[in-house]
Amino acid sequence: MAKATFEVPELSQYLDVPPVTPQTMAHSKPFVAKPEFQAPLGFPGELMDDWQEKALDKMGELLGRYRSLRVYLDSCVKCGSCTDKCHYYLGTKDPKNMPVGRQDLMRKVYRRYFTLAGKLFPKLVGAEDFTKEVLDDWYSYYHQCSQCRRCSVFCPYGIDTAEISMAAREIMDSIGVGQKYCNEIISKVYTIGNNLGLPGPALRDTLEGLEEDVLDDTGVAVRYPIDEVGAEILLVTPSADFFAEPHVDGLIGYGKVFHEAGVSWTLSSHASEAANFGMFIGSYENMRRVAQRIREAAIQLKVKRIVFGECGHAWRVAYSFLNTLAGPWDFLDPRYPVPQHICEFTYDLIQEGKLTFDKGENDDKVLTYHDSCNVARASRMGNTPGGQFEIPRAIIRATCNHFYDMDEDTIRDRTFCCGGGGGLLTDDLMELRVKGAKPRVEALNNVMLEKGVTHMAAICAICKSQFTKVLPYYGMEMDQIVSLHQLVSNAIVLTPTLDDEDDEEEAEEAA
Amino acid sequence: MSDTIEVDGKQYGVDEEGYLANLNDWVPGIATVMAAQDNIELTDEHWDIINFLREYYEEYQIAPAVRVLTKAVGKKLGKDKGNSKYLYSLFPYGPAKQACRFAGLPKPTGCV
Repeated sequence: MAKATFEVPELSQYLDVPPVTPQTMAHSKPFVAKPEFQAPLGFPGELMDDWQEKALDKMGELLGRYRSLRVYLDSCVKCGSCTDKCHYYLGTKDPKNMPVGRQDLMRKVYRRYFTLAGKLFPKLVGAEDFTKEVLDDWYSYYHQCSQCRRCSVFCPYGIDTAEISMAAREIMDSIGVGQKYCNEIISKVYTIGNNLGLPGPALRDTLEGLEEDVLDDTGVAVRYPIDEVGAEILLVTPSADFFAEPHVDGLIGYGKVFHEAGVSWTLSSHASEAANFGMFIGSYENMRRVAQRIREAAIQLKVKRIVFGECGHAWRVAYSFLNTLAGPWDFLDPRYPVPQHICEFTYDLIQEGKLTFDKGENDDKVLTYHDSCNVARASRMGNTPGGQFEIPRAIIRATCNHFYDMDEDTIRDRTFCCGGGGGLLTDDLMELRVKGAKPRVEALNNVMLEKGVTHMAAICAICKSQFTKVLPYYGMEMDQIVSLHQLVSNAIVLTPTLDDEDDEEEAEEAA
Repeated sequence: MSDTIEVDGKQYGVDEEGYLANLNDWVPGIATVMAAQDNIELTDEHWDIINFLREYYEEYQIAPAVRVLTKAVGKKLGKDKGNSKYLYSLFPYGPAKQACRFAGLPKPTGCV
């Protein structure tokens, strides 16, 4: 592993609220997007000369467009409830990483220019001019929020810091200060079709390889089709599922589930990305443009259903906004939810008794489950409240003999972010990512010590990549993080297809 | 990270993360110098990977997926080496990112 150039926090047995230490993360800021990554998104290439005026115009526009933003900026009573709830505060001790501290970076500017008291008596109401120093603080600390919304669960007014940080990023983009990681990725979706920049031929090569591997491993021909017109289901999944580990093991699992369900399905090279980084940068226009690709692919491939793979924020965009962004979906089969999560799909088959598992295949592991923030706090699965917590756990229990939850204060709607969400999964923010992972890793460490847990399953590409990278900083192994459908893949008993049986007979005859 | 690196007396442009600015500029000496920056001395095993990455990129305009890479390595060097543990032993910062940088390829982006 790479050597840390910063101090890795020490894990403790109980949640430890650290003493406030100002400015510990003032140096942390991601690379700024070059003009070539700003233009495709419709943003100015670099900081404009009249940036202050333009930024305030944009803020006024957003305050009018999103009533919630104005309510959040107006309603904080400084009760302190959020102060010890952010994983970045707990990991870095920097008070500007307290949710209220982060909100106040925008609130003081809002008060100065949009409230009467702030215009007349700025010092009395904590209002401040929007100076270059304030803008620099925004760039630093609004890129230390993973938009996980844990703080909003504890705020008595329900103030959603994620929405404030999205608005801040939108304002900064509009004056030419974009973040390289997010904006380069969105540009790639527009030019190539996915975050990684995997062109169609590379996707096909990778999927053919998976078909070979599964046949070698199981003797059953499971298909991983792409761009097949007339398939019943379009699977939209994060491009990391094609590229990285343990993500790809989840993709192998989805294919096996579809195989057992006996439905035809396809991936799309046009909509080869579930992720929608338009949400991270608070840009409705870009979020819509990314989401439209899914509509275009669904129409072009004449599918009847859309299923999303394991991606946290994609599920928020899909579950909560897809109809507004890319609907209406009246050409899809109305008997199924639009869209459906792969976990719902697998769970329904389990309920119907259509899947057979050999749980012993996962006996080398003792599992726990990490609730990904956008699934836990911004969406749902199934037909009952809390389905997004129960369905993934039910799948683990159906496929594994050994499962223990982490501490109740760190799971379900109180889950801690992995530390890499919200567009922060970039190497230039490694210190933040490692420190922000502390509360989650601490809870994991405790169930490892108390229950003998060996692996943690997740249903988000960002979570999986983040833990792969940061667990070694805490002395753990990178492969302790697994895909949920990797567990399904290990345990599922596959039914041979007619072709497989023919092959076997031929092999027997030849012998 | 400076914006150029010097290899055999010649300057080559790199981006803020140390990746070669122009793919076509690549010469093997660049990999050696970049590896030295990361305190790695390149062996034949490293070169096998670097060369495979470059060949794959030439055909597909992207670095190979980890599984494609481990499979190719397994076929060539034996099954015990066809896994990411082996690749991480050669490239501690990850085969996708570190090996791509040495090979002069752009950094893989996205949720990886």
